[in-house]
Amino acid sequence: MIVGTTKSIKELIGITDRYKKILAVGCGTCITVCYAGGEKEVAVAMAALRIARKLKGGELATRESTIKRQCEWEFVEELDSMVGEVDAILSFGCAAGIQSLADRYEKTPVLPGVNTQFIGMVQKQGRWEERCIGCGDCITHLTGGLCAVTRCPKGQLNESCGGETEDGKCEVNDSLECVWFTIAKRLQETGELEDAGTYVESKNWEASHSGGLRMIEKESMLQ
Amino acid sequence: MEGSCHFLEGNIRAKQRVIEIKQLLDDIGIGGERLEMYNLSSSEGTKWRDFTTEMTERIKKLGPNPLNLIEEASA
Repeated sequence: MIVGTTKSIKELIGITDRYKKILAVGCGTCITVCYAGGEKEVAVAMAALRIARKLKGGELATRESTIKRQCEWEFVEELDSMVGEVDAILSFGCAAGIQSLADRYEKTPVLPGVNTQFIGMVQKQGRWEERCIGCGDCITHLTGGLCAVTRCPKGQLNESCGGETEDGKCEVNDSLECVWFTIAKRLQETGELEDAGTYVESKNWEASHSGGLRMIEKESMLQ
Repeated sequence: MEGSCHFLEGNIRAKQRVIEIKQLLDDIGIGGERLEMYNLSSSEGTKWRDFTTEMTERIKKLGPNPLNLIEEASA
């Protein structure tokens, strides 16, 4: 899932300052699950913005709508009838959602309500951890299904840096497991420890964002 | 008592949420000091009296909610 965090109310007050009618759009998928921009977070943020505006002697009219996914046209279309009535759209989706709204509604300013953070997972209630940097060239078949490219702060490709503690904590951040320590443990358990010795050459970062904007086309699905 | 909740960690989570809402109230200009969380059991009448007295005095000192003053002025 995409993990994000709601922008601070102070920042949202600044971003929305010049607009009088705002459509706040929540996203019902990833950003709802990480409590950053679902129906509830949108309602709280917009109530706070209305109160803040009133205390400054102004008025802010808001309309709220949380759609299933902001990153798919078929759901974005649901907003068509509402957009004409407002000065701006405040998107509580991830950056993909924000940009799909900006692409569709060219004449209306689209503002971000969320800071998109990473591709990750719910590690436990209230805690999300990054699991993928989208390098475009997955090698986790060699590393026990765990991504060292993402989870090692030094991006060690072949083995640990040697700085881990005896109980397998990372020397850069001791709240993290050394992923190479965990990889070795896992490979031992699955009887594939010899894979840990497979030398991974320097990664080709052209498949990552370093190669510029990425696009995927699946011929069989194109119309 | 903190940590001693019918809902196990309920009052610890509530404490964190109250901290966040106090910050929100500060940020929008209402003032976080208008909200407070106290822990006590149903048998602690004296504590209840002390907490409500403390909060009443605080609110009196702070005066009415500024939002109400604006709404009254424009009515």
